[in-house]
Formats: sequence, structure tokens, C-alpha cells
Amino acid sequence: MLSYFLRRLILVLPVAFGVSVICFLLVQIAPGDPLTAIMPVDATAEEQAAMRAAYGLDKPLPVQYAIWIGNLAQGDMGRSIATGRPVAQEVFGAVQNSLLLAVSAAVIAFPLGIFLGFLAGYFRDTTLDKVVTALSITGVSVPNYWLGIVLVIIFSVNLGWLPSMGAGPGGSQDWAWDWLHMRHLVLPAVTLAVVPIGIVARTVRALAGDILTMDFVTALYAKGMSRADVLRHVARNAAATALSVMGLQLGYLLGGSILIETVFNWPGSGFLLSNAIFQRDLPLLQGTILVLALFFVAMNLIVDVAQAAIDPRIKRS
Amino acid sequence: MALAESGPLAGAGAQKPQGYWAGVGARLLRDPVAMICAAVLLALILSAVFAPWLGLADPYKGSMIARLKPLGTDGYPLGTDEQGRDMLARLIYGGRLTLFIGLMPVVLAFFIGSALGIVAGYVGGMVNTVIMRVVDVFFAFPSVLLAIAISGALGAGIVNSLVSLTIVFIPPITRVAEAVTSGVRGLDYIDAARATGASAWTVIRVHVIGNVLSPIFVYATSLTSVCMILAAGLSFLGIGVRPPEPEWGLMLNTLRSAIYVNPWLAALPGVMIFLTSLCLNLLSDGLRSAMNVRD
Repeated sequence: MLSYFLRRLILVLPVAFGVSVICFLLVQIAPGDPLTAIMPVDATAEEQAAMRAAYGLDKPLPVQYAIWIGNLAQGDMGRSIATGRPVAQEVFGAVQNSLLLAVSAAVIAFPLGIFLGFLAGYFRDTTLDKVVTALSITGVSVPNYWLGIVLVIIFSVNLGWLPSMGAGPGGSQDWAWDWLHMRHLVLPAVTLAVVPIGIVARTVRALAGDILTMDFVTALYAKGMSRADVLRHVARNAAATALSVMGLQLGYLLGGSILIETVFNWPGSGFLLSNAIFQRDLPLLQGTILVLALFFVAMNLIVDVAQAAIDPRIKRS
Repeated sequence: MALAESGPLAGAGAQKPQGYWAGVGARLLRDPVAMICAAVLLALILSAVFAPWLGLADPYKGSMIARLKPLGTDGYPLGTDEQGRDMLARLIYGGRLTLFIGLMPVVLAFFIGSALGIVAGYVGGMVNTVIMRVVDVFFAFPSVLLAIAISGALGAGIVNSLVSLTIVFIPPITRVAEAVTSGVRGLDYIDAARATGASAWTVIRVHVIGNVLSPIFVYATSLTSVCMILAAGLSFLGIGVRPPEPEWGLMLNTLRSAIYVNPWLAALPGVMIFLTSLCLNLLSDGLRSAMNVRD
């Protein structure tokens, strides 16, 4: 198991390197001078050159990359141009809030998706199957930022049951597991859960349908095993694939919550990202993307290893 | 696509005397869901293209006294937006940019990704390693994040949206193209073609493309719905199309402030995005089963 983990880890390193290069290049493709936001308008040519040198922007690109990655290794992601605070501090605070939202959405989506998908796969080609399939295709087709607005219209504007924005009385700082805070989580988490419900249901339906027609299932029934026990075997066979899909979905939830966080003013990484974009705060943009992408890479690694732990066939191939 | 008819084909299509694509078309015509979706999409595209000749109100002309009129107002069948512009006209005109930016990136990525994937899969070796390792890196980004990152860095604008979305969809198409090409490359008839002395380019052009394009094409159609949602999403975030252009995502954004005044009006542009994306998904599913391509 450990050797498999190490082998996978070695494969991940070049990807992580590539991710860092892309994040570094993001700032390079941005039009305009990265210093215009902080440079005084009346700066002379010498002052501009001095500032450029101070930020290391006068050096060739590979050298700039080396300096950037060196600082990164020490946990220094630069300073936000808009707030002057360290990027690392800003990003990790926001990522915590995003994780809270993503995990809540996953807690709603995964059990529901598995349940619906299994029902559809077990009762294949029945009305139930058709209903679930229609639901899941609707789930993956709906623009979730629009769904968020519709839910706000229904539950906040018309019914007045739930708040439409923010993360509770204390803003982003003091989260607590009480109703006063959690009511703010309901709408964004439900909105965010819709797409993964559709995807998980679709996957589990296909998996359950395929496995249920396999010879070993017939054999188990033939030897007189009870339905519940047979289904346990089916579930074990489906677990590895289902797990990998869900792991990826959790990564997508974190990286994809940007639009939903904007709709609900949720103080997470997506909210931070859109602020960074509008204030042309490139170090913050770069840092946020890097952390989210590396999280996604790590998530993939964990999924691969967990999959191999569940299903020994994967490790051998 | 003419190549597909002359070239040898894998699967059931090869035996069909009337040709593979004719068979696909016939099966698709018998699929009511796919046909309804195709009709809806066609209607959306045609009304967007011919919007100036439909006798609609000017989608840019606002009116201070007629702002946020509800649905069914006299003269404004779908109401007016926050600047008093006719919603019906803006929704129909909005299809022009939304559909263009929502579909064009997949078309571009289909050509670029197929080319990269076919070359990687056919040539193999170092070329394959270089192309596929770069693709792996892009797979490390969730698509929404990558689109927003590139668009956010480049800034708002139609061309920038097209560029960032095309970059987002090249890696997945390349990966699929590479996989199917590698599969085809090991087949006997490719070896036979090579043995006759055909150059790599000739083999790719005559024998490979006809066999790999249909699975790549089906896969690409399954990406169009996501691309629509992302394209409108970029405009919704304010890093896509710039005001005052009518575009569904942007309209959804600017009407958000009106949800307490006229909530259902504010939700209308999203209905258009949803309808389009749903039809694209269902049509792609129909095409997949008509082509007998399994995932």
C-alpha cells in the first residue's frame, strides 16, 4: 500500500509543478502593468524602475519563477495589492469557508445521489428509472447560479424563511454550528448540491445496472443468498468507482463554488477570487487559484489511493 | 465527414449498406426527445440570427418611465429590465452572443483537441508524452476554476471569453482523441496501410480520422451544455460580455438587484440558459445512442 502511495505521489509532482507554472503565467498573460494598481500616477521613470526592481519584475521570467516558487516553499505567497495583507492569510481564511460550504453540499448530494442512482439502476427501464434519469439530467443541465437566484426568490423574497446572503451574524470570522449561522448555509449548500446529485445518480445508476447483470450476482442468488446480502456484494463492487467520482466531485465543489459564493455573498475563496479579479489584485488571484488547484490535485491523489485500498484489482494494474 | 463513408468503419455502421451517417440520422429522427430538443435549439438559433428582421423593439433603447414592468405589460410582453429595455427583444437578441460564446469554444476545441490527440495517439513516444503530460496539468484545474482564472487574468471581453473557454475544453477532447486513436492504431488495417508504404499523414488522413472522429464528436457535443453554462457564468460574474450588450448571463447579473421588485422577471434570462443547456444535453444523449457509442 505504501509503495503504491509513493508511486502515485511521484506521478503527482510533475502535475503540481505544471500547476504552479500555469498560476505563475496567469499574471504574465494579464494585460497592463502589474504595478499600475500601486504605482503613483506621477512616478518618474527612475521611480518606476526602482519599484520594478523592488518587486523583481526586471529579471527574466525563469528567474522570477524561481524566486516566486522559493518564497512559496516558505509559505510566502506575496501580499495582496488591495489590502496589503499576506495572500496566504487571506486565502486560507476563505478556503475554510469554502470547504465548509463544499462539504455541506457533499453531505446533501452524495447520499441522495447514491440513493436515487441505485433505485434507478435496480428498477431499470421502469417509470421510477425514467423519473430519476430525468431528474439527474435536469440537475446537470441547470445553471446553478440561476438556481441559486430562484431559490432566493422563493425562500427569501416570497416566503422569508431563509437569509439570502452572507455567512451569519459574525461575518466570516466566527462560524458556529447553531441555527443562527446554519440557516445561512442552507440555500448555498442546496444550490451547490444539485449538480453533484445529478452526476452521482447517473454514475451509480450505470454502475448498479451493469453489476446487477453480472454472472456473480446470478450465482449468488442461485446459491440462495438473501437479497440484502447480494446487494452488499454489489455495493462493494461499485464502491471504488463511485468513490472516485465523489472524490472528484468534492474537488469540483470547492473549485466550482465561485459562482454560487458570488450569488450568496458567501465569504469563501470564490468570493475572494471575484474581488481579486475586479480589483486587479493579481497576487491574490494567483494565490487563490494555486491553493484551489493544489487542493484538487491532492484530492485526486487521495481518491486514487483510497480506491486502491478498497479494490485490490486497481493496484495490480 | 465524407471520409467516414468511404473509409472502413468499426462497429455496426460498417455493415450498413446505406452508410453510417445515414443510419445515425435515421435513428435520431425516430427519437422524439432528441427531435424536440433539436427543434427548440434550431428555433433559438434562427430567432437569434434573424432577430433584426422579427420586428422587435430596440434591445438597447431604455426608458426611464418604463423600468421593471412586469410580464404581460401592454407593449412589453415579457416586461422591461432595470433600464426600461424590452425584455423580449433583449432575450432574443441575447441569444446571439450567448449561443456564439457558448458553442464556439467547443467547436474550436474540437478541431484543436482532435488534432493534438490524433497526433499524440498515432505518433506516440516523446510527442505523446509531451502533449499528454501538458493535458494532465490542465486536468488539475476544475473547469469552472480554469475558465474564471484565465478570463479573470485576461479581463472581460468576447474574445477573451472565447480564448479562455477554448483552453478549458481542449484538454478533455485531446484526452479522448488520444485514447481512441491509440486504440485504432493497433488494428490490422493500419498495419496493412503502413506496409503498403503509405506515409503517416496519409494513414492518419485516410484511415484514422474517419474512425476516430465520431466518438470524439459525440464527446464534444456532451461538453456543449457545460460550455453554455460556463460562458453565461463568466458574463454573470462580470468577466465575459460587457454591458450594454444583451447576453443572458450578463442580464441575469444586472437584474439580480431587481429580485425584490419583480422577482420572476429577474429569473427570465436564466430560464433561457437552462432551456438551451438542457436541450444540448438531451440532444447529445440522443446522438450518443443513435451512434451506438457507449461511455
